[in-house]
Amino acid sequence: MGDSDRGDVKISEHHCKGCGLCIEACPAKVLAQGGSLNRQGYYAAVYQGSGCTGCGICFYVCPEPGAITVLINKAKKKPAA
Amino acid sequence: MWEIKHSKPATFYDRFERKSGDTEITHYCPGCGHGVLHKLVAEAIDDFGIQDRAILVGCVGCSIFMYYYMDVGNISSSHGRAPAVATGVKRARPEAIVFCYQGDGDLAAIGGNEILHAANRGEPITVFFVNNGIYGMTGGQMAPTTPLGQKTTTSPRGRTAQVEGPPIRMCELLSTLDGPAYIERVALTDAKHHMRARKAVRKALKNQMEGRGFSFIEVLSACPSNWKVSPKDAIQWVEKNMVPIFPLQVFRDEDKHGATPLCLRHGTSPERKIPAGPKIQESAVRGAIAGGELGEVSMKLAGFGGQGVLFSGLALAEAALREGLQVSWIPSYGPEMRGGTANCHVRISKSPIASPLINRPSSLMVFNQPSLEKFADQVLPGGLLLANSSMVTDIPDLPDIQIVRVPAYEAARDLGNVKAANMIMLGAYLEITRAVAQEAILAAFTDNGMRPNLLKANVAALEAGRRIVSGTRLQNPQLRL
Repeated sequence: MGDSDRGDVKISEHHCKGCGLCIEACPAKVLAQGGSLNRQGYYAAVYQGSGCTGCGICFYVCPEPGAITVLINKAKKKPAA
Repeated sequence: MWEIKHSKPATFYDRFERKSGDTEITHYCPGCGHGVLHKLVAEAIDDFGIQDRAILVGCVGCSIFMYYYMDVGNISSSHGRAPAVATGVKRARPEAIVFCYQGDGDLAAIGGNEILHAANRGEPITVFFVNNGIYGMTGGQMAPTTPLGQKTTTSPRGRTAQVEGPPIRMCELLSTLDGPAYIERVALTDAKHHMRARKAVRKALKNQMEGRGFSFIEVLSACPSNWKVSPKDAIQWVEKNMVPIFPLQVFRDEDKHGATPLCLRHGTSPERKIPAGPKIQESAVRGAIAGGELGEVSMKLAGFGGQGVLFSGLALAEAALREGLQVSWIPSYGPEMRGGTANCHVRISKSPIASPLINRPSSLMVFNQPSLEKFADQVLPGGLLLANSSMVTDIPDLPDIQIVRVPAYEAARDLGNVKAANMIMLGAYLEITRAVAQEAILAAFTDNGMRPNLLKANVAALEAGRRIVSGTRLQNPQLRL
């Protein structure tokens, strides 16, 4: 997680089925397809490590209940629009 | 300071123990809309604190295993019948939050009837309808909602209006009814539409919590596997091919509190008054069964429809009821109101009855020749055969069976009332067996509102029947008649 970021996303490699919907939907474009197959034989999505805004869109578009957890950094305020 | 903003809702089980294989992940294909909607529903249940009283009524289809995942009460219904099952659950448990989760094959095809009537009645339940335009679980057959031109395994050249008919729009269909309170169609496409779907799901559950009435949410959802496209392309396919046919909008949003079935109106006590049924007047005189001289009665009465066969059996059962006995009466008849075959099975016992069906009756009352031919062989040895000899003329030799002939039609004609033949038969039966008291039969007639002149005619017929067989006694009173 980037300490300067407002959000962080944890993707469970094991739960992810590699559908890629989160990668597509992420407004900050900080998610990508991983390079190795998981236990189920899917290329799980991975967080690039920084730039997450904690918007939660990846969580809602993800069809797998336990695959994505989104955290927010309470210390960081939303930047003025 | 980091804190969790979104994670697996608590309404999901930690591990999906009932599922075979991997118990951490769902059985859904990559990119399937079901998981997304499950999550929205589970999140709403969490947020509203209704997990302990939420009851999922599942369907048949890919989401049949939803109960693997959601830690709520659940019932699996027969294919398409979820709204009917949910109706029963909600009426029995008005405090429960009952929701159906159905696919398009389940809801719009085989279950088309159930959803229509549940919506029309305004049952205060919530229905989540996942429309992906195809049968998923069974392998990609055409659904009622399949868009025109779409190729499926059962429309391999693409659906045409001429051959398969155009797709059915369920929201629009249900909107023609007065019953529903809330109808909305949403789509799981981009982030904006996911949020709209989330709002609709929450509103549909909230409506039920507030007793606003029947809520129906149609969710356009992707099926990448059966559409044979990537998850990303499937989402675009929903936007491009489904949304134009199935417009996204709120079709209805009204408080239908007043229109929901009276017993379920919000704020009324679930302990409602049950209207009193017909009064049961206990008979002062009791027959041989209540008195213990005669065993259990297992009797068949058979004849043409219109001869009063079912009524005779019913009179007997109703009388026994008034003597504090256990009874069962099941009729079996053809579709004809007159002239078809009709028979009924009557059981009367001092102890509870296990089955109302009688394969081997100990007594048989036949009103016509075909009934005799059909049922005579079934009578137990030592049993009683009471035949309307006006019509049953050819009685074969039946060893071990007491045969009593009653010329019921001639007797009825003598009384000036040919319709009374059934009561003459019943009177003869009473005289021979004394199974129940005649007073109990008359009490049953009176309770059911029989007019005095008709009651008088029936008494005359019963008495006439008794006179015909006067002096005849049951040869085998030990038999469980």
